[in-house]
Amino acid sequence: MSAARLAYVLRLADTNLILAQQLGALVGHAPSIEEDLGLANTALDVLGQARLLLSYAGELEGLGRDEDQLAFVRDPADYLNLALAEQPNGDFAHTIVRQFLIDAWQRELYEELQRSQDERLAAIAAKALKETRFHLRYSSGWVVRLGDGTPDSHGRMCAALDALWPFTAELFDADAVDQAMIDEAVAPDPALIAPRWRARVQAVLSEATLPMPEPARFGWYGKRGQHNEHFGHVLAELQFMQRAYPGARW
Amino acid sequence: MSLPAAESPAERDTRLAHAWNVLGLVMDPEIPVLSVLDLGVIHFVELTENGVRVGLTPTYSGCPATRVISQSVQQALGANGFAEVEVKEVLSPPWSSADITEAGRAKLEAFGIAPPSRPVRSLGELAGRPRRCPHCHGTDTECLSEYGSTPCKALYRCRTCREPFDYFKCL
Repeated sequence: MSAARLAYVLRLADTNLILAQQLGALVGHAPSIEEDLGLANTALDVLGQARLLLSYAGELEGLGRDEDQLAFVRDPADYLNLALAEQPNGDFAHTIVRQFLIDAWQRELYEELQRSQDERLAAIAAKALKETRFHLRYSSGWVVRLGDGTPDSHGRMCAALDALWPFTAELFDADAVDQAMIDEAVAPDPALIAPRWRARVQAVLSEATLPMPEPARFGWYGKRGQHNEHFGHVLAELQFMQRAYPGARW
Repeated sequence: MSLPAAESPAERDTRLAHAWNVLGLVMDPEIPVLSVLDLGVIHFVELTENGVRVGLTPTYSGCPATRVISQSVQQALGANGFAEVEVKEVLSPPWSSADITEAGRAKLEAFGIAPPSRPVRSLGELAGRPRRCPHCHGTDTECLSEYGSTPCKALYRCRTCREPFDYFKCL
């Protein structure tokens, strides 16, 4: 067991956990009942994936912590989610662009991760991939509809892309953890994923009449525990119950 | 570990068959006409020294029914003579809507849910679309929402009888 593997699994787990939390906050607030259901179902899927990954992380860690303890009682710097996942829901354009960029990344990542030398990760990825294909179709559909929609929706999509794009640098910026996992044939090289992700994103943006931004350069490393000002609010809601009533069960 | 000396292979077979029979009566909480066997989520059933071990595969990662199904399996087997019941989660191979049995597909349609369009495992068009309306069997249908009342379903409407209906998506 290596610290790198634990960190790698937590990165995948936390990205799903935080994304699920953000999407869950939209239940009852989406623009229509269909989108309420769509976002809620996506939230359920990614939460399910987070649970599988967090349980595995708990076993790797070997300190007896289960999925709930990892989800609810860590400190902010111990969460290793991509910074993209913690960006606020904003308007519907922001929610959809965030979802689309992550879906497209997970789609390519899970495709490769199915062949991981780590059998547990391979099994989780094979399962998650099926669900991610749905998520990507859903978010892509909205990217096209809103991008190629009214001047207002087009403008909002451009603004959301501008705001969220910088956080995509982190997706492909391999650090020591990624490198260790590549060396052990646990994870694919992000350099392999990046062009496929770009091609997929480019195709949808082009259909949506949205400009494809240049590769982002600035890296914000949520995956190393560096979070931005929005994260405290996300955690406050996520953790409230277990912080106020430690160990509460029902 | 040693087997109880009294138990013959034939008795073991009887116990195993009993376990399968019990599982055939455990229903999905969301689709109460489908048993866990119809749904195809039981991967294996093994006898243990004092009971039984069941391999259960979740449909969707986040499906809340999975936990209820696991509890129902525990309860049903426990109440039917198996002292120790262990439910083991099986992730690989992942569940597919093609694992729903032929009987299960027929029960779905009779219940008003159009079964998944592809009865075999294949990666094709996502989700597929209903072959016909479960109410009037009309084939002219339209999708109202890609997501329905549960993660596994989409909402459709029949253009012939105008009735809305759930469609169990291909996964």
